[in-house]
Amino acid sequence: MVQFILLALRAAIPAGTPLLFGTLGEVYTERSGVLNLGVEGLMIMGSVTAFGVAYTTGNVWLAVLMAALAGGLLALLHAFASITLKVNQVVSGLAITMIGLGVSGIMGKQYIGKPLGVGFAALEIPILSDLPILGSLLFQFDPLVYISILLVPALWFVLYRTRWGLSLRSVGENPATADTLGVNIVVVRYLAVFFGGLLAGMGGAYLSVVYAPSWIEGMTAGVGWIVIALTIFAMWDPLRALLGAYLFGGVRVLQYRLQPLGISPNLLAMLPFIFTILVLMASAGEVMRKRIGAPAALMQPYSRE
Amino acid sequence: MKRFPGVLANDCVDFEARPGEIHALLGENGAGKTTLMKILYGIYQPDEGDILIRGSQVSIQSPREAIELGIGMVHQHFMLVPTHTVSENIVLGLRGKFFFPEQAARQRIKEFSDKYNLIVDPEARIWQLSAGEQQRVEIIKALYRGAQILILDEPTSMLTPGEVEDLFVIVRRMADEGNTIIFITHKLDEVMAVSDRVTVLRQGRVEATLKTTDTNKRDLARLMVGREVLFRIEKEGVQAGDEVLRIEDVHALNDKGLPAIKGVSLAVAQGEIVGIAGVAGNGQRELVETLVGLRPIEGGRILVKGQEVTGWPPRAMIEQGVYYVPGERLTGLVPEMSVAENFILKTYRDQRFGNGPFLDAQEIDKHAEELISEYGVITPSRDTPLKLLSGGNIQRVMLARETSGEPALLIAAHPTSGLDVGAIEYIWQLLLAERERGAAVLLVSEDLDEVFTLSDRIAVMFEGEFMGVVSANDADLEEIGLMMAGVYRRPEQEVLA
Amino acid sequence: MRGIPTIEVEKRLTTPRWLQFLAPFISLILALLAIGIIFQALGVDPIFAYGKIFQGAFGSIYGLSETVVKSIPLMLTGVGLSLAFRARFWNIGAEGQLLVGATCATGLALAYPDWPKLVLLPMMFIVGFLGGALWGLIPALLKARWRVNEVITSLMMVYIASNLVNHLVYGPWKGPEEMGFPYTSKFSDAAQLPRLAWTRIHYPTLILAFLLAVVIYILIKQTKLGYEIRVTGENPAAARYAGMSYLKTVVLVMILSGGLAGLAGVGEVAGIHFRLRYPGGISPGYGFTAIIVAWLARLNPLGAVLTSFLLGGLLVGGDAIQISLGLPSATIFLFNGMILLFVLGGDLFTCYRIRVKRRMTN
Repeated sequence: MVQFILLALRAAIPAGTPLLFGTLGEVYTERSGVLNLGVEGLMIMGSVTAFGVAYTTGNVWLAVLMAALAGGLLALLHAFASITLKVNQVVSGLAITMIGLGVSGIMGKQYIGKPLGVGFAALEIPILSDLPILGSLLFQFDPLVYISILLVPALWFVLYRTRWGLSLRSVGENPATADTLGVNIVVVRYLAVFFGGLLAGMGGAYLSVVYAPSWIEGMTAGVGWIVIALTIFAMWDPLRALLGAYLFGGVRVLQYRLQPLGISPNLLAMLPFIFTILVLMASAGEVMRKRIGAPAALMQPYSRE
Repeated sequence: MKRFPGVLANDCVDFEARPGEIHALLGENGAGKTTLMKILYGIYQPDEGDILIRGSQVSIQSPREAIELGIGMVHQHFMLVPTHTVSENIVLGLRGKFFFPEQAARQRIKEFSDKYNLIVDPEARIWQLSAGEQQRVEIIKALYRGAQILILDEPTSMLTPGEVEDLFVIVRRMADEGNTIIFITHKLDEVMAVSDRVTVLRQGRVEATLKTTDTNKRDLARLMVGREVLFRIEKEGVQAGDEVLRIEDVHALNDKGLPAIKGVSLAVAQGEIVGIAGVAGNGQRELVETLVGLRPIEGGRILVKGQEVTGWPPRAMIEQGVYYVPGERLTGLVPEMSVAENFILKTYRDQRFGNGPFLDAQEIDKHAEELISEYGVITPSRDTPLKLLSGGNIQRVMLARETSGEPALLIAAHPTSGLDVGAIEYIWQLLLAERERGAAVLLVSEDLDEVFTLSDRIAVMFEGEFMGVVSANDADLEEIGLMMAGVYRRPEQEVLA
Repeated sequence: MRGIPTIEVEKRLTTPRWLQFLAPFISLILALLAIGIIFQALGVDPIFAYGKIFQGAFGSIYGLSETVVKSIPLMLTGVGLSLAFRARFWNIGAEGQLLVGATCATGLALAYPDWPKLVLLPMMFIVGFLGGALWGLIPALLKARWRVNEVITSLMMVYIASNLVNHLVYGPWKGPEEMGFPYTSKFSDAAQLPRLAWTRIHYPTLILAFLLAVVIYILIKQTKLGYEIRVTGENPAAARYAGMSYLKTVVLVMILSGGLAGLAGVGEVAGIHFRLRYPGGISPGYGFTAIIVAWLARLNPLGAVLTSFLLGGLLVGGDAIQISLGLPSATIFLFNGMILLFVLGGDLFTCYRIRVKRRMTN
C-alpha cells in the first residue's frame, strides 16, 4: 500500500509540473486583472518550439528558453488586444488558443514520430537521493521539476513581500487607486501577461522534452484549460498552486491506475472541474471574496476616465 | 502660504491659505469648491490666473507634481485597496524598499499616529476598518508623501458623530504643527466648530472670506445660498387632493451598508409638488431608490394610494403608477437602442403594445411618433439610436415616457441638471402640467431655484433626515439654507395627514 | 513650438451603416491575408493552399455537401450563442451542451431501439434539447443567484461533459461488438436520420436549423422576451429599473442556447455517426467554432446561417489541405483563431477611430 502511494506520488510530480508552470504564470497574469484563456495555445507553442530546438540543436536548455520566449510572445498578442485595444478578453484568449494550436500543428508536422535524442539528465540531489526508497522515488527528478518547485516560494515571496508584488496586486484589485498613486497600470499588466506566457511556454516545453518526450499534434490535450481551473482552485496563490498542481496531476495519472479498484477514471477526472466550480461558488459572497476571491478588477479593461 | 487667483468655470477666484490654519471652503454643490481644489491638486488646469505656493509661482500639471509640492488630497470617496493592509495601501506606488516595502513604513506610520492622534493598526485590512479609520489611513497616506497642505473633500460625509469629533482633534493638531488644512464642506456646524477662516463660494464666485470668529451661521447661510429674490413662474393654484404617497419612518442603508436614511416621514397628495432640497449625498438618492423598489427598506412603511407597498420590487411599483426620472439618466435609458424602443421600456408589457409574447411594431412606432410630436423631441427619426440625441432631447424622451403614462406618483431626481435654459423651462412646464393633471410629484434637486419655483412644499434633507418640511410660500431662504447645512431643525414635523 | 504627434483612439459617435455591414467582411479578408503571410513563413504556398481550400469546400458536389453537413451543427449552436451573447451572457460552454444533448439522445436510442421512427427521432431531439438546456441552465443559475462568472463555469462544464461521454463510451455504453473501441453500438434504424441522396446531409436537422434561426430572429426582434434580452445585454441597470428580472431572462436565454447546442449534438449522433463516440469524434470543437459563427454574424441569427456555411466550408477545406498539402488538421484552428482576432479588431474599428493629434508642448 505504501509502495503504491509512493509510486503515485512519484508519478504525480512530473504530471503536475507542466500544470505548475502554467498555473504560476496564470496566477500572475490574473493578479494583474487580465484573464488569459489562451494558456492552452501558449503551452503548445512552447511544446513545439522546445521540441524543434532540442531536435535541431541538441541543446535542451536552449530549447526551454526558446519555448518560454515563444509563449511570452504569443501572450503579448493577447496583452495588446486586451490591454491596449481593450477588446473582450474572453474572446481574445480563445483566439490565442486557436492560433497557438494551429501554428504549432503546422510547425510540428515535421517532427511527428521523430525521437528526441537528448533530454535532461536526472538531477540527483546530494544526500537526499541516497535515502532508502524515498531517495530514488522523490529526489531524482529532472532539473525542470526542481525549478518549478523553487519558483513557488520565490513567486510567493515576490507577490506578497516586495514592492513589485504590491503594485501587481493593487492593479488587479483597484487599478483606479493604483493609478492615482503613480503605478503604471499598462506596464504592470503587460509584464504580468508576458510573464504568464513565459511560464506557460516552459510548461509546454516540459511536456515535449521531458514528459513524453516527443511531439504529437495537440499534445497538451487540455492541460491549458486545467491550468485555468487550477488558478481558481489555487485561489490565485502560488503555494496553493503547488498543492493543486500535484493533486490535479496525480488525478490525471492515476485515472487509469485506479480502474481495477472500480473507480471510473473519467468520473475521477471530472472532480477537479467540479471542485473549481465549488470554489467559485464559495468565494462569491462578499466576505469570502475579500478573503479568498478573485482579483476585483479581473477581466475589466482600465481606462482613465 | 498658498494663494490662488484663478478663473473657475465662470469667475475669478482669489483664495489664500496660511500655514497653521484650518481654512474651510463652504458652498453648495456646483459652487466650484471641488473644481478649485482639483486645480490645486493638478487634476484640472486653470484657464487663467496663478498659483503661488510659499510665494513662488508654480504650475501643477498632475497629482504627482502636486504631491511633490507638498499638497495632499483626501477625496470624499476613499481611494484604497480593500483587500490590502493599511501599510500596504500607504506605501503603494512609492519608490523605496524593494523587499518588505510595508515594513519600512511602519515606523513612520507610528510617528504620524502618535503625533496627530491618527490611531490605526498598520496590519489591519482596509475592508475591516470603519469609515473613520479608513479616512485616517488616507490622511497618513498624504502625510507620508510629505504633504504640508492637506485638502479634505467633504471629510465628514461618511463618519459617525464620534468619528467627526476625532477628526477635528486630528485636524487641529495638524494645523498646530504648522500644516495648512483646507476643508471643503457644506455643513455650517463644522465650519464654526473647527475652522479658523472660511471662504464662501457661490456659483463659482467668492462671496466672502472671513475669520470664523467674526461671523455666525446665519450670515454664512445667507452668503452660501445668496439671492434674496428668486425667479418664480406663475403657478396656478391647485387644490391638493387625496394623499398618494405616504412614507412613515423609513430607514435604509447605503451601498456600503451604513445607514443612509434614518427615519424619514412624508406625505404627498394629488396635485402637489413636494421638493426635496439638500446637498447631494445626504440620502436623497437612497430615499428615491426605496420608493421605486431599487433599494431594500430596513424599517418603516411606504404606502401608495393607501396600499402598503413596502419592499415591493420595481415592476410592482410601476404597476402601482409610480414613475421615476432618475438623476443618473443612463439608469433609465438604453443609449444603443432607438428612441421608439426607449419609449416602451416600462410599458412594453401592455396589451396595447402586443398580444401575448409578441410586440406590435406598428403600435410602438405610432406611440413613438405621438410622443415625439407631443413633447417636441428633436430627432432624425424614431429609429435613431438614443445616444445620438442631444442631452436636452434625451431628457425629453425620458420625461415624455414617464409623464405620458399618467402616473399617480412621479418622482423626478435632478431633472434639469446639465441642460440649457430652454430645456429647463420646458421641463418645468411639464412638471407643473403633471401637477395640474392631479399627479403627485416628488422632486429631488440641488438647484434651489428649481425647488422654490416648482414646489408647493419643501422638505430639506440632511444626513438622512428631514430637517423640516415647509410650505413654499412661507419658506424663508435663510432658514432653508440653515437646514441644508444641518444647523437648524424645525421643531414640529408637519406631515400632511 | 511644434507639436508632438500622438496617436489617439477616440470613440466614434456614430458608425456609418456601410462600415457596420462591411466590417466583418473586411476583417475576414484581412485575416486570410494574415494567415497567408504565416503560411508563407512556414513554407506553405498560400495561393495554392487557398485554392485547395476553396476547391475542397465549394469546388465539388461532394465538397459542397460536406460543407452543408458541417454547417448544420454550427448553425444550430451559433444561433443559440447569438442569443446568449446578446444578453451579454458569455456561454463558452456550448461544446459541453452539445455533448450532453448527444448523450441524452443516445441514451434514448439505445434504450428504445424498437420504437417507431416517427416517435423515436422527435423524442431524441426533445431529450437532446432538454439535456443541453439543463447543461446550460447550471451556469445561468450560478450567475444569477451567486454572481459566479459564467465564462469559467460554462468552460468547466465542457470538461465535465467530455469526461462523462468518455466514461460512457469506454464503460457502460460500450458497444459489445465494437472490439474495444470507444463507441456505443450502432443505432437501430429507427434512430437514424434520413439523408439527402448519397450525401451525408441529414436534412431534417438542416430544416430544423433554418427554422430555428428564423424563430430566434423573430424572438429577438419582435417579442417581449427578445426586448428584455436586448435591454439586459445593453444596459443591465436600465433592465433593473424597468423591473426586468435578470434571473428569468438569463435562465430563459440559456435554456434556449443550451437546448439549441443540444439539438446540434443530436444531429451529429443521429445523422452522421449513428452512435455515440469519444467526444472528439462527435464534435471537432463545433461549440467553440460556433462562437466565431455568432460573432462574425454580429449576433444576428439570420447572419449566423450565412457564417455557419462559411466556417463549415473552412472546416471542409481544412480537411482538403490536410490531404493535399500534408498540413495537420490543427491548421483549421489557425484559421478560426485569426478570423476571431481580426473580427474582434474589426469590431473595434466600428466603435473607435484612430486620430493623429498634435499635442502642443509648452
